[in-house]
Amino acid sequence: METNGRTVTLRVKRQAAPDAPSRWEEFRIPHKAHMNVISALMEVQRQPVTVDGAKTTAPVWEANCLEEVCGSCTMIINGKVRQACSALIDTLTQPIVLEPMRKFPLVRDLMVDRKRMFDALTRVRAWMHLDGTYNLGPGPRVDPEAGAVAYSLSRCMTCGCCMEVCPQVTSRSAFIGAAAISQVRLFNLHPTGKMQARERLDSLMGEGGLADCGNAQNCVHSCPKDIPLTESISAVGWDLARHTVKRLLGG
Amino acid sequence: MAATSRAIVVGGGLAGLMTVIKLAEASLPCQLFSFVPVKRSHSVCAQGGINASVNTKGEGDSPQIHFYETVKGGDFLANQPLAKGMCEAAPGIVYLLDRMGVPFNRTPEGWLDFRGFGGTLYSRTAFAGATTGQQLLYALDEQVRKYEALGLVEKFEFWEFLSAIKDDEGVCRGIMAQDLRSMEIRAFPADAVCLATGGLGMIFGKSTNSVVCTGSAASAAYQQGAVFANGEFIQVHPTAIPGEDKVRLMSESARAEGGRVWVPKDGKPWYFLEEKYPKYKNLVPRDIATREIYYVCRVLKLGIDGKDMVYLDVSHIPKDTLDRKLGGILEIYEKFIGEDPRKVPMRVFPGVHYSMGGLWIDYEADRQGNPVVGSPRNQQTNIPGLFAAGEAEYEYHGANRLGANSLLSCFYGGILAGPAMVSYIKGLDRSASALPSSVFDAEKRRQDEAHARVSGLHGTENPYVIHKELGEIMTDNVTVVRYNDKLQATDHAIQVFMDRWKRIDINDTARWSNQAVSFTRQLWNMLELSRVITLGALHRDESRGAQYKPDFPDRNDAQWLKTTLATWTPDGPEFRYAPVDTSLLTPELRKY
Repeated sequence: METNGRTVTLRVKRQAAPDAPSRWEEFRIPHKAHMNVISALMEVQRQPVTVDGAKTTAPVWEANCLEEVCGSCTMIINGKVRQACSALIDTLTQPIVLEPMRKFPLVRDLMVDRKRMFDALTRVRAWMHLDGTYNLGPGPRVDPEAGAVAYSLSRCMTCGCCMEVCPQVTSRSAFIGAAAISQVRLFNLHPTGKMQARERLDSLMGEGGLADCGNAQNCVHSCPKDIPLTESISAVGWDLARHTVKRLLGG
Repeated sequence: MAATSRAIVVGGGLAGLMTVIKLAEASLPCQLFSFVPVKRSHSVCAQGGINASVNTKGEGDSPQIHFYETVKGGDFLANQPLAKGMCEAAPGIVYLLDRMGVPFNRTPEGWLDFRGFGGTLYSRTAFAGATTGQQLLYALDEQVRKYEALGLVEKFEFWEFLSAIKDDEGVCRGIMAQDLRSMEIRAFPADAVCLATGGLGMIFGKSTNSVVCTGSAASAAYQQGAVFANGEFIQVHPTAIPGEDKVRLMSESARAEGGRVWVPKDGKPWYFLEEKYPKYKNLVPRDIATREIYYVCRVLKLGIDGKDMVYLDVSHIPKDTLDRKLGGILEIYEKFIGEDPRKVPMRVFPGVHYSMGGLWIDYEADRQGNPVVGSPRNQQTNIPGLFAAGEAEYEYHGANRLGANSLLSCFYGGILAGPAMVSYIKGLDRSASALPSSVFDAEKRRQDEAHARVSGLHGTENPYVIHKELGEIMTDNVTVVRYNDKLQATDHAIQVFMDRWKRIDINDTARWSNQAVSFTRQLWNMLELSRVITLGALHRDESRGAQYKPDFPDRNDAQWLKTTLATWTPDGPEFRYAPVDTSLLTPELRKY
């Protein structure tokens, strides 16, 4: 992993605070084999000097696991929203342009506030109603195939890619987004979770609910975990339609 | 309990969340602090599974065997009652997770599936693909979100723990924390505090750990008088992918599902683990597999292309089995290396993975050696009112942790910590809310001053450069093979780093979302702990579990069957040694 004389150029959108003006800064660092965007940013931290030789502060970004399972380091890289840890330098055109996601309030530089996604999980009651954590023996038996579907939905790391690419999600719209809708499907599929299916469906009615989906289908293409988001939206959509009719009929 | 009673949990990984759930079930209001949104905690990185001797495969497994293998795996340095309690509670814990909706892999009949793991010949590990930690964390995150919606839990995410607040009698009465956005430093009174702040892999620069695993919170408590135990026991996982930013774990489950470790020798694959350990083969415990790989690469010079690298090969296993049981890790290899491990063998090397050591905690056991659930002594540090759970504390694993026991110890630690905190609070004669504000003001002043000191560093050194150098020397000298002269040299180097730390140029003076200030503070805490690790290793002249000294190749029970206890002093750690509770299993030679 020695340096090889090549360099990497990063063009980073900087903004000191939510109400501060934004600007661009360029950094040039030595290239190393298997480098990702995070390790390039780490190199900038060790020498925060722009290509013009100006001393600056190290860019601020959010990161944790660096294995694409925690969802933290999501940003826009060369125009595409993705995780910075799994964005390998050798697969990117230079200069590599790094920007924060646009659909969430900016915190600083590449860091945004994704609180609305966690709030959405509260809204749809994305949890099991347990009697308690005392020992009640095993859970329900689960058909391995149904279990596999649940697992594929349960890998959602609340990264925000599906929100970023959704035309219905804006700073002014309340649309809950594909990730939370897919969680409703996950919980409503489970033998125990099913028992609260109706209240989760209820939560998807009204402002910002499922009806706000514009069927652009961008979400499913942006998901780093290949979660079948559009399938989830249509499955939950059917359930919601049936649920609404039942409610109208007083069921 | 007083109506104003309140608990604080710091850390939102598995141990912290389990503690919170237990507190919420006891209707004790709780504030939960986390450096990152709790759903992004390091527990997501756990891959292979969680151990529980449910014995669904007719193999005759039992919690008693699990207990024995855990203690033997830890080279007899674990206090046995807690290890026993954990193994006996394990089946109930896995059933609980099942009820929470964790999408565990299933047998064709729809039961929970279990697989083998290191240090055992039984199928004892429940798993959700190869992202078990992520799935378990999500299940607990969901339960805590429910309690948050009910108003029992209040979350403070993007807040950093700075210190415990101690009253005049040395009792913990809350915490100081900083909002990492507004940079506000605030005192939070509480009647009991639990640190569930995880491990310290970042001290080694590149490890399998997440960015937040600096050990900073545990170190801050250590610098306030909490005893740090068995710091020298650092697990180096045999199979990880080296990278520029971190090393990425390739789960032991790859070997449990049939993966084979080999290097080319005389033009043919040499399966050196299978040859040397015909019974356990590729599933010898981690400390042993790691040493064998080091030996093959460094002494025999048989690493791939002469480099520090061996093959981990799953390419002979059917693709659908791989996708169903190991999909998550194969995807990591594919994404980060660009090769498909279903077709070509993976290239791996050992990487720093887990700290067996951590904050010293107490426990209470009955005469049969069973932990007494609900005793206020359980999981409590030597600072009254300050508890610890998960990787942040030192119990359960002795000198080497068995694979898939870490998730288990996180749950069990939380299961003990929650009720212990409740009992402890019931026994208090006055609650934190009744204390004079001077108690909190004094610690607030101390932290404000400390913050001003860090913000005012205007030297020439870069904190990230010092961190990189720290990681390199720690990885070179304080991991798999340890020599006293090198350990001594490392301790000197750490003291030079500490000196350089005082000449850091903080560079970023923003009062909003300032990561440089936070990191620099954590770097100091890492330096303090790195001395505990290094000097602990230096003093312990024996080889046991993860500690291997070629100059002292044998385990020495007469002298060293002892827990290392480090206490902070301004001149560096002071060491004492305490006996290990071996009342249930007699230490024997550890052979596989």
